[in-house]
Amino acid sequence: MSADFLYTLEVILNGLMAGVMYSLVALGFVLIYKASGIFNYAQGVMALFAAMTLVGIQTGQVPFSHLINAIFGTEVHHFGWTVPAVFAIILTLGVMILFAFIVERYVLKHLVNQEPIILFMATIGLAYFMEGFGDLMWGADIKTLDVGIPSGASVWLEDATIGWGVEGGGFYGFYIDKLDMVAAVVAIVLVVTLTLFSQYTTTGRALRAVADDHQAALSVGISLRTIWVIVWSIAGFVALVAGVMWGSKSGVQFSLSLIALKALPVLMLGGFTSIPGAIVGGLIIGVGEKLFEFWVGPLIGGATENWFAYMLALLFLVFRPQGLFGEKIIERV
Amino acid sequence: MKSRKLAALAVVATLASSSAIADLVFPSLSYRTGPYAANGIPFADGYADYFTLINQRDGGLGGENLKLLECETGYNTQKGVECYESTKGEGALVYQPLSTGITYQLIPKASADGIPIHSMGYGRTSAANGKVFEHVFNYPVNYWNGASVAINHFLDQGSLDGKTVALVYHNSAYGKEPIRTLQELSKKHGFSLTEIPVDHPGQEQKSQWLQIRRERPDYVIMYGWGVMNQVAIQEAANIRFNMENFMGIWWSGSENDVIPAGAKANGYKALTFHNTGAGYPVFADIQEYVVDKGMAAGAGDQIGTVLYNRGMYAAMLAVEAARTAQEIHGTMAINASQMRDGMEALEITEEKMAALGLAGFGPSFSVSCENHGGPGNAAVQQWDAAAKKWNLITEFTPSDMDVIGALIEEDSAAYAAENSITPRSCS
Amino acid sequence: MFYRESGDFKTKYVDDNQTFPIKLDRLGYYAIIAIAFLVVPFVINDYWANAVMVPFLILSIAAIGLNILIGYCGQVSLGTGGFMAVGAYACYKLMTSFPEMSIFFCVLISGGITALVGVLFGLPSLRIKGFYLAVATLAAQFFLVWLFNKVPWFYNYSASGQINAPERAVFDFLVTGPNATAASKYLFCLVFVFILAWIARNLTRGRVGRSWMAIRDMDIAAEIIGVNPLKTKLSAFAVSSFFIGIAGALFFSVYLGAVEVGEAFGITQSFLVLFMVIIGGLGSIFGSFAGAAFLVLMPVFLKNVMVGGLGWPTDIAAHLEFVIVGGLIVFFLIVEPHGLAQLWRLAKEKLRLWPFPH
Repeated sequence: MSADFLYTLEVILNGLMAGVMYSLVALGFVLIYKASGIFNYAQGVMALFAAMTLVGIQTGQVPFSHLINAIFGTEVHHFGWTVPAVFAIILTLGVMILFAFIVERYVLKHLVNQEPIILFMATIGLAYFMEGFGDLMWGADIKTLDVGIPSGASVWLEDATIGWGVEGGGFYGFYIDKLDMVAAVVAIVLVVTLTLFSQYTTTGRALRAVADDHQAALSVGISLRTIWVIVWSIAGFVALVAGVMWGSKSGVQFSLSLIALKALPVLMLGGFTSIPGAIVGGLIIGVGEKLFEFWVGPLIGGATENWFAYMLALLFLVFRPQGLFGEKIIERV
Repeated sequence: MKSRKLAALAVVATLASSSAIADLVFPSLSYRTGPYAANGIPFADGYADYFTLINQRDGGLGGENLKLLECETGYNTQKGVECYESTKGEGALVYQPLSTGITYQLIPKASADGIPIHSMGYGRTSAANGKVFEHVFNYPVNYWNGASVAINHFLDQGSLDGKTVALVYHNSAYGKEPIRTLQELSKKHGFSLTEIPVDHPGQEQKSQWLQIRRERPDYVIMYGWGVMNQVAIQEAANIRFNMENFMGIWWSGSENDVIPAGAKANGYKALTFHNTGAGYPVFADIQEYVVDKGMAAGAGDQIGTVLYNRGMYAAMLAVEAARTAQEIHGTMAINASQMRDGMEALEITEEKMAALGLAGFGPSFSVSCENHGGPGNAAVQQWDAAAKKWNLITEFTPSDMDVIGALIEEDSAAYAAENSITPRSCS
Repeated sequence: MFYRESGDFKTKYVDDNQTFPIKLDRLGYYAIIAIAFLVVPFVINDYWANAVMVPFLILSIAAIGLNILIGYCGQVSLGTGGFMAVGAYACYKLMTSFPEMSIFFCVLISGGITALVGVLFGLPSLRIKGFYLAVATLAAQFFLVWLFNKVPWFYNYSASGQINAPERAVFDFLVTGPNATAASKYLFCLVFVFILAWIARNLTRGRVGRSWMAIRDMDIAAEIIGVNPLKTKLSAFAVSSFFIGIAGALFFSVYLGAVEVGEAFGITQSFLVLFMVIIGGLGSIFGSFAGAAFLVLMPVFLKNVMVGGLGWPTDIAAHLEFVIVGGLIVFFLIVEPHGLAQLWRLAKEKLRLWPFPH
């Protein structure tokens, strides 16, 4: 096979992998939007916060150490212990559930029945708050996140495929990052679990009921407030997964919160209300932007991915204004 | 609304008037928050600690207390303006804007106000032409020198004729700086240049590194910043690019950038214009007079890191320039324009560095009226992942000033024409 | 006591239609205008102009522009940063290509160019609605920033792609460049703010504004009663972009003087202006000012209190600044979801009845 064709294949494969990484972030948005109609701007910051907390717990960092030192003149940094990854993840989950509880108690409860844009704004306030709070709690330096996920090129795949190209054609085997493979598996497990959860458990059914109709759900005795806590906890968990995946790549730092921007075109394309949509949207965006950068990028100077993802989504929206899998927007006068 | 405005007005007004003017004031436009915080913190710590050291150990400079005014910019131009305006009235002697964007912004403003700017290893490269940029200094080295030193380093390993060099750069003003220089150099040395931009912030660089994997350039030069560095080094390691042939600019060569990639980053090279580690006598003094007294800036855990050293080096150059200014003008309480004269007459020699407890820490150089950029010597450092340590592997070597000099001339002339500046004469 | 309609006799229909029907409001408005034009220029210093007033005025224009689009016409846009960049680069090209042209017209024409670009990117709004549109306008944001970064013609082929504002004067007073005085910069921006706010106020209460609001409240219903959605939506995009373009041009030429597109007009700028509009109050000109004041003054104020007043380390202060601003946004939304403007309206309502509220 010619090297060009194989390279195109390679770009597509990597696009799919990148798409999965975007989907992981987008999932959190979809969960919250479905259950409460809130476009949660803070999702990216939540991922950052979760990853920071995970590293902080793992390395036994003292929360707010910088603040404490500045006020009391002490010199505390670490407790002097390290926590195994599994326990750290469980503890972080606990923190995210606590966070969900606080958000519901102090923000959402007071904003029931407001317009979407007001709720959106509230999550922006939340994002601001958490950005400052997270840095105060754990410090603004780059932290290395290591929970034992392998990374690096898959040598096995490279060796297995290097023979596909013609001799001397300049093909070196398919390249796929092991981290991306793990991410893909995690994403599949996550989506399957979420789907099973919402199809077959009582809580899951309650979630769907709330998503369909708040009023009706209330009238059959589903507590909206409990549901919101659950949804935000799950979103916190998804944020943790996304934070771990992206954080393993680049270290945990402020820029992690910007991955939300990569998830927006995915959301738009897949529809705000569909979990499979988030996955399919992610894959389309991932492949689309990588292929465009591969074919057209060199001609117009490169670095096109950021805007092309949005243009692609825009193009889809012109034909399907509610996204590929979104609920049909019905308007009545 | 009105009452809030008035309250703010009252507070700001009382605050602005509450500082003494007796000290020598050095503003530090730092960023300990925002996307680049991890890099801003060590630099700001180093900058602050050196001033504390001079005050504590020597009782100030010539008896004058040095006062550091720290102002948080978050790497944001608007906050940078606010910081500049709020500190310039306090008798600021020299600005270290610490961001290419803010530097560009302050060049005309500070020139009009007569306050010198020292953009060390960043900012507007053509400011090296002192005839046009009277108040702007970028010694000891600038981006174009960096590109040339990197190419020279590769040349030492054999001819570049027919080879390819890829430039992976942050798609911003900063990242685009070396392109012209590299283009000129590619004509001169016969290599072909591939430009690979990475859009801000640079968390996702699959396309770029797949391209590098496909095209197999012989060397890769990186002008990156922030999260882009960590991801790029990680991806380079993933595609098993030979780290020996991967060279970053000095802003892509700190501990922060390589540690997340772990052992795989071993052998990665970066340019630098100062030495690494805490093995200099001055650090013993910093420990004794600053850290042990509990006066260290920030968390005090950054001492000896690359960016801490850079901040300290910047502070050292500022203090030496102030000392020179005091000598020239025979007064201890210098002002900004005297400081400028001091910077222009600055001479860093090996003996001076040794006396400061920094023998061999940085290149020796001198600044002149025409040349505000110094000689443009830089060294190459290499990362030893096992020891978690940067090591200098070359001397501070000169760059190709034939090529760069012409470019500086051209760019500064364009700036002068656009802003109707008549270059001053320097004889 | 004095804040009420009684005693203020309206003898003409025109009087009934005026913007400020209550006498005290009117007088207050005149007083603010008088102070802004006649007193502030004589007392303003560099710090106040460059760090507070000029950004406040310029961002107010942007906020009014965005408020027309979101608050009056109901089209959510996140492309503000990109449109401001269009204004800035248009202004730069005009200033350098036609050095003899007055800066005043440069800024106006930049606004016009931005309006055209805005209409172009407003076209999808005919199909796409709500948050989907918000995300779609991000395409404009990212594309425009990329474009200005990539095509050297826009920055006159300079080595690094930064643009610098040359010196320009109005009536022999420099308004751009480093030597412009605080007062002249302030006044130049103030003139624009005054004219544009006046236009916006009168547009929004006229026929055009009413058709915008009809589309906002329910576009299908509006279409049925004969409001042309194409013309209405695109006119909102045009007017909004015109305002934002002027804000961008001023932001570059008067305020910053040198600009790098990704940094000054990035996505954060878009969000900042959106926050201003929502915090200030959707569909209110006053709200745009209030929101801009809140988000420009609040951080400066907090910084000065915490760093200057209490002497805290700058990083802790900066983190706390985020926490406080975020907390305040949530707090305001809980107390009054319709923004500062609604708070102000309620306060006036109460004042009118005072001291006999029943």
